[in-house]
Amino acid sequence: MFEALTTKLDAVFKKLAGRGRLSEKDVDDALREVRVALLEADVHFRVARDFVARVRERAVGSDVLGSLTPGQQVVKIVHEELLSVLGEGQPRLSLSPTPPTVVMLVGLQGSGKTTTAAKLALHLRKGGQRPLLVAADVYRPAAVEQLVTLGKQLDIPVYQQGIAADPVEIVQNGIRRAREQGNTVALLDTAGRLHVDDEMMQELVRIKERIAPHEVLLVVDAMTGQDAVRAAGDFHQQVGLTGLILSKMDGDARGGAALSVRAVTGVPVKFLGTGEKTDALEPYHPDRLASRILGMGDVLTLIEKAQAQVDQAKAAEMERKFRTASFTLEDFLDQLQQVKQMGPLSQLLEMIPGMSRVAKNLPASALDDRQLKKVEAIIYSMTPLERRRPDVIDGSRRRRIAAGSGTTPADVNQLLNQFHQMQKMMKQYSQMLSGRGGRRLPGNMFRL
Amino acid sequence: MEEEAAKIRQAVAPTRQTWFSRMAQLFQRGQLDQALWDALEEALISADVGVATTERLLEAVKARVRQVDHPSPEDAHLALKEEMVRTLETPPAPPPELSACPRVVLVVGVNGVGKTTTIGKLARHFRSQGQRVLLAAADTFRAAATEQLQLWGERVGAEVVAHQPGADPGAVAFDALQAARSRDVDVVIVDTAGRLHTKVNLMEELKKVRRVLQRLDPQAPHEVLLVLDATTGQNGLLQARAFTEAVEVTGVILTKLDGTAKGGIALAICADLGLPLVFVGTGETPEDLAPFDPATYVDALLP
Repeated sequence: MFEALTTKLDAVFKKLAGRGRLSEKDVDDALREVRVALLEADVHFRVARDFVARVRERAVGSDVLGSLTPGQQVVKIVHEELLSVLGEGQPRLSLSPTPPTVVMLVGLQGSGKTTTAAKLALHLRKGGQRPLLVAADVYRPAAVEQLVTLGKQLDIPVYQQGIAADPVEIVQNGIRRAREQGNTVALLDTAGRLHVDDEMMQELVRIKERIAPHEVLLVVDAMTGQDAVRAAGDFHQQVGLTGLILSKMDGDARGGAALSVRAVTGVPVKFLGTGEKTDALEPYHPDRLASRILGMGDVLTLIEKAQAQVDQAKAAEMERKFRTASFTLEDFLDQLQQVKQMGPLSQLLEMIPGMSRVAKNLPASALDDRQLKKVEAIIYSMTPLERRRPDVIDGSRRRRIAAGSGTTPADVNQLLNQFHQMQKMMKQYSQMLSGRGGRRLPGNMFRL
Repeated sequence: MEEEAAKIRQAVAPTRQTWFSRMAQLFQRGQLDQALWDALEEALISADVGVATTERLLEAVKARVRQVDHPSPEDAHLALKEEMVRTLETPPAPPPELSACPRVVLVVGVNGVGKTTTIGKLARHFRSQGQRVLLAAADTFRAAATEQLQLWGERVGAEVVAHQPGADPGAVAFDALQAARSRDVDVVIVDTAGRLHTKVNLMEELKKVRRVLQRLDPQAPHEVLLVLDATTGQNGLLQARAFTEAVEVTGVILTKLDGTAKGGIALAICADLGLPLVFVGTGETPEDLAPFDPATYVDALLP
């Protein structure tokens, strides 16, 4: 879609080509596309307007008008301006020299505070801290139980007084407990509340005044629309935020709310929540978020995921096999499993520039991970000999493999043909490379 | 950065007031010009109606106003409201299938929109009509979701069928419907785990819940309600599309309308997918659920 924006902009400028110089009005036409892209990503109306005005100023002043690729020039300026608003990430909490560091999580109902609290606790423990979770949401039914359950799952202590106590008292006692037990960080899970609910906002103010937290983090749902500025602005005004956590970034929301909230509060984004599992908390990279807001896909995350899942030793071995074309079905199976570990295919596709649209238009079955399962089942139904030397597979073996994997002989044939093609390609590739003295291959990326 | 932030903060915070006063000024001038169209556009987009639906609405209004001699700003304003109401009324809410016994209502949505709370309120709504209600705790994933539903059950006087955490949601739904039949229950409400619509496996799980219910009653679920958070932006449309594709959503419940969010994406969903809004949630107490009324909603969205 970032490509889509570039294409759209190029189309705007192309219409005007051959008419000599581009005028300011032409730039305005292009900027209208930018504005629509921002609004569709949920950037606030006024933030988008100010943003476009700044881009316009730069575009008119620069040599966009004389450029051969004005579309790309505009996109470059848009991207740079986005980065300047999104700011640098600060993927760490400022820890107090005198523990416990007190971290308070605040936000609207359903933004994901409780889950985020657990994720943060796990993250901190991995960094050598000893966190204590404090259950201060006495309003939502079973919120305390939720935190206690999560604490049990992660083996992280939870301080709670049930739901009869006053939250201000709970957090004070919780911090005292942290000090007594030698916990280095106290994470306060406060109740979700509306920014216009005076009584509830006053409670936050009371908590803040009483305990003077080192960090006050606002958890913002990445799917939030235009109202994000109002909610974040009110929270910031009342309790003074020190950072943001964007939750539910594993969906397909473009996350323009982050831009609005940054513009209004000026506080840094610290983390992104990217899944329901407790380890799904990632550091924030402004360039990736900028690309996402423009719908550009997220290649860097994809590469990182690949790196995290791929065993380097295995990759080197694979590369050797690749070069000598001694790649077997067993290796193929191995590759498949690594791809699978990186996440569902649909999610991987979303991260590739230009593919997010393709992915949406594909029938669900095309991206179905069950296709992978089928291939897996077929290979599992082969004997070790067959996996190493697929050429021994005759009609009778094919029927046996199909029966064993719950597929048809045609499916088995299809897989074997594909594999054969791949081997041929590799042979050509390795010959090509050996001629050039063996440039390193990205061993695992070829399947993508 | 700080200075800039302060500037934008100032510009954005009193959106409502400035918009109001600007509208008032525009009305007073009595001229129907670009400034008025811009103000209306801002009102719609700031309410999350979205660019495409906003443009469609304003085009329709412009076409209508053209037929009026010397149209005033008030004409445009009223015409816009009428267009919005018409959009919201176009998909008629299907009459509840009162004949089905028990009637099965499946409640779905992404994480954190307020499904469980809404189910509590729905249960109370049906109880107040004198119906026997049974809740199926098919959110077996989120920690303490079952406990939350059980608390609601106690509060409003509804039985709850639950399994262990991590149990198969389909099995919970099946047991609940079977129990409801033997206990002469009128309405079964099935709570499901929040799931992002992009997760293939979780959407498959939801389809399975539906299939399992159909084994007991081919007509079930009689209603599939999508719960949508009013603060949701343009992603709401993608959510509605994906859930409809998976489990044939029959209606939308808009929650958290007690904040400052207007939930305009519901209008886009109505216009785009023809899904009716059936209820709105406006607070945290069990009574805070109202049948959807297009005119009231439009008045709140576009004063």
